[in-house]
Amino acid sequence: MSVIAPETEEALAAEVTRAHAAREPLCIEGRGTKRAMLRPVQAARTLSTRNLTGIVLYRPTELMIRARAGTPIPEIEAALAENNQHIIAEPPDLTAMFSASEAATLGGVVSTNLSGPRRIMWGAMRDHVLGIRAVTGEGEVFRSGGRVLKNVTGLDLCKLLTGAHGTLGVLTEVTLKVLPRAEATGTLAIRVPDVAQGIAALSAALGSPYGVSGAALLPEGHASLGSGVIALARIEDFAESVTYRTGKLRDELAALGEATLLDTPASHAIWREVRDAKPLDAAPEEAIWRISVAPSAAPGVVAALRAAFGAKLLLDWGGGLIWVAGPAQERAHGAVMQAASAARGSFTLFRAPASLSGHVPVVPDEAAPLAAIGRRVKATLDPLGLLNPGRMRG
Amino acid sequence: MITLPAPKPDILARRDAILADLARMLPADAVIGETIRMKPYETDGLAAYRQMPLAVVLPRTTQEVAQVLRYCHANGIRVVPRGAGTSLAGGALPLADAVVIGLMRMNRIKEINLENRYAVVEAGVTNIGITKAVEGDGFFYAPDPSSQLACMIGGNVMMNSGGAHCLKYGVTANNLLGVTFVTIEGEIIEIGGNHLDAAGYDWLGLITGSEGQLGMVTDVTVRILRGPEGARAMLAAFDSVEVAGAAVDAIIGSGIIPVALEFMDKPCIHACEAFAHAGYPLDAEAMLIIEVEGSQAEQDMLLGKIRDICARFNPISMKLAESAEQSLAIWKGRKGAFGAVGRISPDYLCMDGTIPTGELPHVLKRIGEMSVQYGLGVANVFHAGDGNLHPLIMFDANDPASFRKAEEFGADILKLCVEVGGCLTGEHGVGVEKRDLMGTQFTPRELDLQRGIKTAFDADWLLNTAKVFPLTGNPKIAA
Repeated sequence: MSVIAPETEEALAAEVTRAHAAREPLCIEGRGTKRAMLRPVQAARTLSTRNLTGIVLYRPTELMIRARAGTPIPEIEAALAENNQHIIAEPPDLTAMFSASEAATLGGVVSTNLSGPRRIMWGAMRDHVLGIRAVTGEGEVFRSGGRVLKNVTGLDLCKLLTGAHGTLGVLTEVTLKVLPRAEATGTLAIRVPDVAQGIAALSAALGSPYGVSGAALLPEGHASLGSGVIALARIEDFAESVTYRTGKLRDELAALGEATLLDTPASHAIWREVRDAKPLDAAPEEAIWRISVAPSAAPGVVAALRAAFGAKLLLDWGGGLIWVAGPAQERAHGAVMQAASAARGSFTLFRAPASLSGHVPVVPDEAAPLAAIGRRVKATLDPLGLLNPGRMRG
Repeated sequence: MITLPAPKPDILARRDAILADLARMLPADAVIGETIRMKPYETDGLAAYRQMPLAVVLPRTTQEVAQVLRYCHANGIRVVPRGAGTSLAGGALPLADAVVIGLMRMNRIKEINLENRYAVVEAGVTNIGITKAVEGDGFFYAPDPSSQLACMIGGNVMMNSGGAHCLKYGVTANNLLGVTFVTIEGEIIEIGGNHLDAAGYDWLGLITGSEGQLGMVTDVTVRILRGPEGARAMLAAFDSVEVAGAAVDAIIGSGIIPVALEFMDKPCIHACEAFAHAGYPLDAEAMLIIEVEGSQAEQDMLLGKIRDICARFNPISMKLAESAEQSLAIWKGRKGAFGAVGRISPDYLCMDGTIPTGELPHVLKRIGEMSVQYGLGVANVFHAGDGNLHPLIMFDANDPASFRKAEEFGADILKLCVEVGGCLTGEHGVGVEKRDLMGTQFTPRELDLQRGIKTAFDADWLLNTAKVFPLTGNPKIAA
């Protein structure tokens, strides 16, 4: 498979223009670290943004950073860290999950709308995309949004392209809102009798006035925290506040389970694992799904998937995000779709071999009128359907 | 002056038949055709513009909304969706050949779910109505536009409304889980749900802030949040705009994100003080109101840190609220800012641009120069944390020349906002007010792409026609 990796936006746009003239489909990617996500792309040539790198503008006091799409996430995190700031949505590092040899790019993380534990309090990746530059399927450069935090001028194509997996345009530059990193982090690791009570503990934590910024559930326990079901509630704030708030929260949740307090370094370590779905412990040959539901529906989903195929599980976002690992087989996929649908939720076949993902829906089908609108929107931005054909839907 | 497209003569000629058709499909009290009863719908918060619609309908259910839209689509009739009509940008301004669909009778709260922290409400529920329904349990709905007593959540979704507290809690788009969406063809589509981040394209994000261009929203599922233990404000006054701006940078740079960080310039301080007697320092060139949240001890700690930072910038005065009552007193003047300006000037235009916060001194200096040049007063309030600037331009609506000058002054300010790296509108929307300025922020091709998305939802351009997109260069609308 040939890969083109232009070094300027102009050259990248010219490549798309050429492909458009030749009616040639393109696989759009950054460094290709998430190539196995969703469905395989039907294209002989790959257009990569890996050479569009570098931070363009970073204004810490304006809480914004602008970088070219191919900039590696660690480079952005490092620049932010120098000013005690961070990417708000805490995007997972999936290099291990996808057996990638290098770090993901900004464009890739935005195109897949990847958000980590902090999503529950501070919003998803899509909530912090202030502006984009992108190239249409006809090779035209366009912008949406800008560099300021509040902007309602015109239709919000930033949100439309975020999470579109490169099917509506090739991102060339992204401007993100950023925030200060907390001075300290504290985590309550609460031993609970079962998943239902764990969800109850997380709901109580998130319904408290203490600003819980992470709420996860480890159904099988954790190597360093012990076996049994463990609920994790995180507070990120000034050190005095973390001490005060974890203390109050521990008292309020005392009836739901016995809690251990993790300090800042231990908190950072455990939440990095949760962020990257490490406790899911998925084997390389297994498929991985993500299910999104109202948290109170999670125990039902967990029970159904354990019964169906002995699913491995990890819950985040107060129980609203369920990571699932299991055999890469249609029977298991059918069980996931059914459980998500029964819970009025959404699912993504996150990682699977093409033998499965190539012939099943990897995201829920849309209602017919919405699907028709979707085809017309796609035709507006990519009339010949050349960008990442097959990535999201067959 | 903003021009509206010529009404379709055939629609005007069929008015009686259309009213009769609407009356057949809706309950008798849901269709309004008499001039006197349509009067309240002829304008919105941009009261300088008025236009009687063809008819007004007030549906009570999603099905009724869908029926009306299906009928209008089949008959080529334009539609203007309307919430409470508080738009400051003319987003709900009627057209002579359009049916106004008002959502105020869809005002039921359908579900409150504290365990999962969401509420399902109809589009005509007021913004404050959501908080009122959950505050007994300690929860609130975060976005708080100044019009929150009146404005409705359906309108908030369509304009992606913000408020003074969105620095911490985000705007409407960041606080939604799902909507019931009705297309111009009358199709009812559930988008999102009662959970976070549905897979697939982010239709919810695209619809939010689309100003009625893509369809209508009838039910809204919003996130509700548990409120903090408490909140308290402080005030810091400075003898120059630059120094106040530097203090804001230092606060943000210290790692504190206050829930609110408001800036007022000298004319605004004077207007508010005369109105509210809040004890604002009249000798200051600029004043900050800063609010923090947490327990009593946490408030003390945060206000202490902020006081120490402000002290480095030689403030003229600082006042830390000792109690909730003192906080209210500090906020009283700011919250009454629009009313205060209304008291010293017969009329005012409330502008709404956003600028990179570091550009504030330059922008305020330029606005001051323009104020002299146009001979019109201006007072500035600024959401200093997020760069959203609200110049209030004072004029006399009884004098057409004064109004024209105010509009030109406003347009010049917004062009300046774009020029320094900002945008035309931070939270009020484009509406008709800023429609003809869109070309200063977007290239013709960028506008074409946005129009293409609009066309994907509304092929005949019947929804809120003549708003958001300039009429020129638009083959879908004959000006």
